[in-house]
Amino acid sequence: MAGILARGPAPLPRRLRARLRTAGAVQRAMLLTGAGLTALFLLAALIGPLLAPYGYARLQDASGLFGAQQPPSGAHPLGTTIAGYDVLSRTLWGARTALEIILAALSLSVVPGTVLGLVSGYLGGRVDRTLVGLADALYAFPPLLLAVVMSIVISGGRSSLAGGLGAAACSVAVAFVPQYFRVVRAEVVRVKAEPYVDAARVIGTSTREIMFRHVLRNSVRTLPLIFTINASEAILTLAGLGFLGFGIEPNSAAEWGYDLNRSVADVTSGLWWTALPPGLAIVLTVLGTTLLGEGLTDLADPRLRRRGAAAVSGTPTDGGTRDG
Amino acid sequence: MSAETLEITGAAPAAGGTGRHGLTRYLVVRFLLIIPTVFILVSLVFFLMRATGDPVSAAFGDRLTPGQLQAKLHQAGYDRPLSVQYLDYLRSLAAGDFGHTVTDNQPVTHVLGVYGAATAELALNALVVALLAGVPLGVVAARYRDRAPDAVLRLFAVLTYATPVFFTGLLLKLVLAVRLGWLPASGRASTDVQLFLQDQSSTTGFYLLDALRSGDGTAVTDVLEHAVLPALTLGLLVAGVLLRLVRTNLIGTLSADYVDAARSRGVPSLRLVTRHAARPALIPVVTFLGLQVAGLLGGAVLTETTFEWKGLGYELAHYLTARDFPAVQGIVALFAVVVAVTNFLVDVVAALIDPRVRY
Amino acid sequence: MADLLRVENLSVTFATDTGPAPAVRGVSLAVAPGEVLALVGESGSGKTVTARSVLGLLPATATTRGRVLLGDGAADPAEDVLTASPARLRALRGTHAAMVFQEPSTALNPVFTVGWQLAEGLRAHGHGGGRAARRALAVDWLGRVGIPDPDTRVDHYPHQLSGGQRQRAVIAMALALGTRLIVADEPTTALDVTVQAEILELLHRCRTDFGTAVLLVTHDMGVVADLADRVAVMRAGEVVEQAPVRPLFAAPGHPYTRELLAAVPVFGRGTGRVRRSGSAAATTSGTTGASAVVGASGPGDGPPVVRAAGLVVDHPGRLRRKGFRAVDGVNFEIGPGEVLGLVGESGSGKTTIGRAVAGLTAVTGGELDVFGVSRTARRRPRDRAGHIGYVFQDPAAAFNPLLTVADSVAEPLAVHRRDLTAAAIRAETEALLESVHLPRAYADRYPHELSGGQRQRAALARALALRPPLIIADEPTSALDVSVQAKVLGLFTELQEERGFAALFISHDLAVVEQVTDRVVVLHRGRVAACGSTADVLGSPQDDYTRRLVAALPVPDPVRQARRPDLTLDVRDDAGTVRHHTAVDALDEGAATT
Repeated sequence: MAGILARGPAPLPRRLRARLRTAGAVQRAMLLTGAGLTALFLLAALIGPLLAPYGYARLQDASGLFGAQQPPSGAHPLGTTIAGYDVLSRTLWGARTALEIILAALSLSVVPGTVLGLVSGYLGGRVDRTLVGLADALYAFPPLLLAVVMSIVISGGRSSLAGGLGAAACSVAVAFVPQYFRVVRAEVVRVKAEPYVDAARVIGTSTREIMFRHVLRNSVRTLPLIFTINASEAILTLAGLGFLGFGIEPNSAAEWGYDLNRSVADVTSGLWWTALPPGLAIVLTVLGTTLLGEGLTDLADPRLRRRGAAAVSGTPTDGGTRDG
Repeated sequence: MSAETLEITGAAPAAGGTGRHGLTRYLVVRFLLIIPTVFILVSLVFFLMRATGDPVSAAFGDRLTPGQLQAKLHQAGYDRPLSVQYLDYLRSLAAGDFGHTVTDNQPVTHVLGVYGAATAELALNALVVALLAGVPLGVVAARYRDRAPDAVLRLFAVLTYATPVFFTGLLLKLVLAVRLGWLPASGRASTDVQLFLQDQSSTTGFYLLDALRSGDGTAVTDVLEHAVLPALTLGLLVAGVLLRLVRTNLIGTLSADYVDAARSRGVPSLRLVTRHAARPALIPVVTFLGLQVAGLLGGAVLTETTFEWKGLGYELAHYLTARDFPAVQGIVALFAVVVAVTNFLVDVVAALIDPRVRY
Repeated sequence: MADLLRVENLSVTFATDTGPAPAVRGVSLAVAPGEVLALVGESGSGKTVTARSVLGLLPATATTRGRVLLGDGAADPAEDVLTASPARLRALRGTHAAMVFQEPSTALNPVFTVGWQLAEGLRAHGHGGGRAARRALAVDWLGRVGIPDPDTRVDHYPHQLSGGQRQRAVIAMALALGTRLIVADEPTTALDVTVQAEILELLHRCRTDFGTAVLLVTHDMGVVADLADRVAVMRAGEVVEQAPVRPLFAAPGHPYTRELLAAVPVFGRGTGRVRRSGSAAATTSGTTGASAVVGASGPGDGPPVVRAAGLVVDHPGRLRRKGFRAVDGVNFEIGPGEVLGLVGESGSGKTTIGRAVAGLTAVTGGELDVFGVSRTARRRPRDRAGHIGYVFQDPAAAFNPLLTVADSVAEPLAVHRRDLTAAAIRAETEALLESVHLPRAYADRYPHELSGGQRQRAALARALALRPPLIIADEPTSALDVSVQAKVLGLFTELQEERGFAALFISHDLAVVEQVTDRVVVLHRGRVAACGSTADVLGSPQDDYTRRLVAALPVPDPVRQARRPDLTLDVRDDAGTVRHHTAVDALDEGAATT
């Protein structure tokens, strides 16, 4: 994604940096908070497992079993779960799982979504209408339920096969393909009507070349922003999946949603330490990616920015020479 | 020169110069669009579920001998070709028959009837919370754009979005129900009230309605107390979305030329917000809110599970765990119908607000 | 009498991404009661910002210095808009000065009726008593500004009115509050020329009937000549010259004013362009294969490059609406080396014809032969692609923003001249850029780093890359300032004479068409209204529609413009005509939405 940006004329990051300087204090604070939290999440995902006192599937150490629902102590800073896992360890390991799933799910959905959106949007016709109908129908379907259904499909309907990282990633990915399809297709249809595409058609450039050289690259410019926003959605979907019992089994990876599911009963009996850490981890991660994505969109969208050169004068095309 | 400039945000269907019959035609076409949407979803769910094998093996595969399994399969008709089963499924769906659950052998329509009201009640309660909180706060955020109230409200909106519904639920439960003991932690009513309500002569399934009709004050209070936490949990999720939506669209229309024009005629700034900018901003808000129904239902599943609110979502999670796919299929199909119909209704409302569609 | 408005040493600076950007620097102006002061300048001159500051409508990023004083004409203006309290500012807005915007369709709220919006202003200032009284006032004012059938129109939504009626409604809203000064920001720029004539007439009446002064912001010298008493010429945020209108046009004092006036194409000054001898085309017979087609013949000789007979193009309707017939039985021919103008108002089908010739839009019926090959055939002949160069209206959108200018200009070569090496293509590209007077260094810039005029020149270079025998230019200069337009038109003519290509020149601007084309086709609602040599058709129009078009065009010469009141009266007073235009407008909108 970064590659696409870097090849752009005035590289987006440079423009964003200029805009960040002039952005309002609120916008700046939100964007920087988002970036900070996201960095923290990435850090936890990368080195968290090194800091964790135990492995995510460990139930015992040299001195025997940890015991279930132990309150926080020196050996277990955040206590243990009902199944006897160390809460702090599982929460730290959970960051790695979340990152792996986000990356896998989004890359699995972004490629088919983009290709379908490009071909369908540019060529139009009956295939396009069918795909749009399909995507519209899917859009009216709770993504969480779609992910649940997919997870059933992938696991072959047997709980014994469920629970792998791959299955979770695929389930989340399927829920996002229609979204990328819609976004990219809408952009393609817009770009298709741009005079520079007409210009290429008059020249006689081949359809394939128009699609990739002119349409695709101009249609995916907003994708990195959507990517950050969808990352939040992916974490939430994964957590929901885990909460409903369709996520990852505790012995294949640590997953926050699953741990929260297990803590429902604890909460009813007043235990806080099994629910709060994984819950807060989700909140902070989603908060980070959302603020980051929103902040970037805010800066890039002139309509939503308070300060802008656009409002300065009536007609944008000027006659004089402007040196870039 | 061009009517394109008239469009606010792509949401409203453009229909310059069509007459009254244009609106009718639009609504009819829009209504007919429900059919393919529902058809696609129902078919998709059918084939996805079948891709995993037949429901009987899924539910009992590890508990029955091959012979017993075969007999059960034959009895339920799952040994026929898939295409035959599909057509059969569509035919019975059209006749309003959703099949039988595998695990407890009930008609799925019965399950939908019993638990549908609970989910509807939860969704309506949540919607009330969302509208009461989201709309006014969105207006405030837009009016005080980029100032302190806006910053606080935006943070609030992002937080409600970033917190998974079930975690919001758990937190509220932990604090308000368990620690402070102000509200009940789970269920739709206390056991005795529930029994009392079910004993009433004619029940709607909406507990609040039933309690009000019974005229029993304690029952009403009990039902209301139980409704608060789930409604708040789900409502806050939607309120956050609504707040952001109202804010963004209002900011968009507040900077529109026609608001500047009204300002240049001396219209007071409060009235610019509440009348001149609000109505055009409402159209995309309503349209987009329709699209949120799907998310609302997804949230309802999680909320019901968190609060043991015995509705469709709770049952869905239960049947999912039991691998009872006819039940899952039926509930999911109902969700699809509900979403498609709501989206249609929302488009009707949007069309009624927007004179460009109306005339 | 005391002035209504006095702007004293006004400076406006905007905070932007790249630091503070001054938009207005030390402007001083005054408008007396009943006077029309035109604020003229090219884009970026600060004229709109100056006008908006009169009503305190600047965005929050603006910082201002100086004073903008408003008064009621009885005494010297004393209230400073820039420092007035919000309540006071609100009271001043609408009563002391009111604004008329460029785009009437965006200046009206789409979800409220016209009458309600008019009444809102009355309500804000406590005029008109109750709701019924305000409504009666609204009906009255809509009638006074010439909206037919105001009793029904008052309950109509903006999209149910034509473009001209919308602008009338906006003017009614300004007048209804009894304002003494109307600030009109490009009030006719978004309108077709015949509608523009009506609105200009209405603005004339604002002064004669209601005694309202007008601060007119415009880039159009024709509009200035028609309406203004005095003119202030702005450039780069400063007023360079202020003078009464006739002396200014007769003897402009400042060099910039002279330059500006010289650049304006004057309709009817030179009828038809000075045709160069046919040999000019022959001498340029190119060295590359593609140009052989051109070099062989002078203008008018040989088989036509484009031949349309009974051409019909429909825009297919969408879900909820019928198809729209954009072009309805049009006949014309373009000979080799000939420049054919296609003139018409919006919705006349001129752009559709250009796109059909280029193969961008499917032909519905009739015949359309391009280079002797039928465009109506199902399969588009690929080998002929590249024989047409196309120049688009908006130079900013005509280039892929991710490619350098050189990449874009070289695209035709890269596609069709597979025999050329990368170095040869580069050399050819640079030669092309040079031929449109763009420095070689611009080759590696991105489109957004060029100005509008430079981009349009690069577009011309791209169109010429394969030395095509036919160029289609669709409103190539209407997005440009006049001084830039003059340069681009000069370049176009120069290249045409040098290379001898045939051209289809599409424009709404009669003056430009008169200057550039040999023959002209006047289109009206998809049909040909007139056709013939440019000098004949535009010089002495025979048909009603062309006569109306010519009559409606304001000439950038106050003396000549003042001598033509009868013609404009024709347009205005003929009720049938007014209704007729409304129908056209409604059709135009229909076309735009499909």
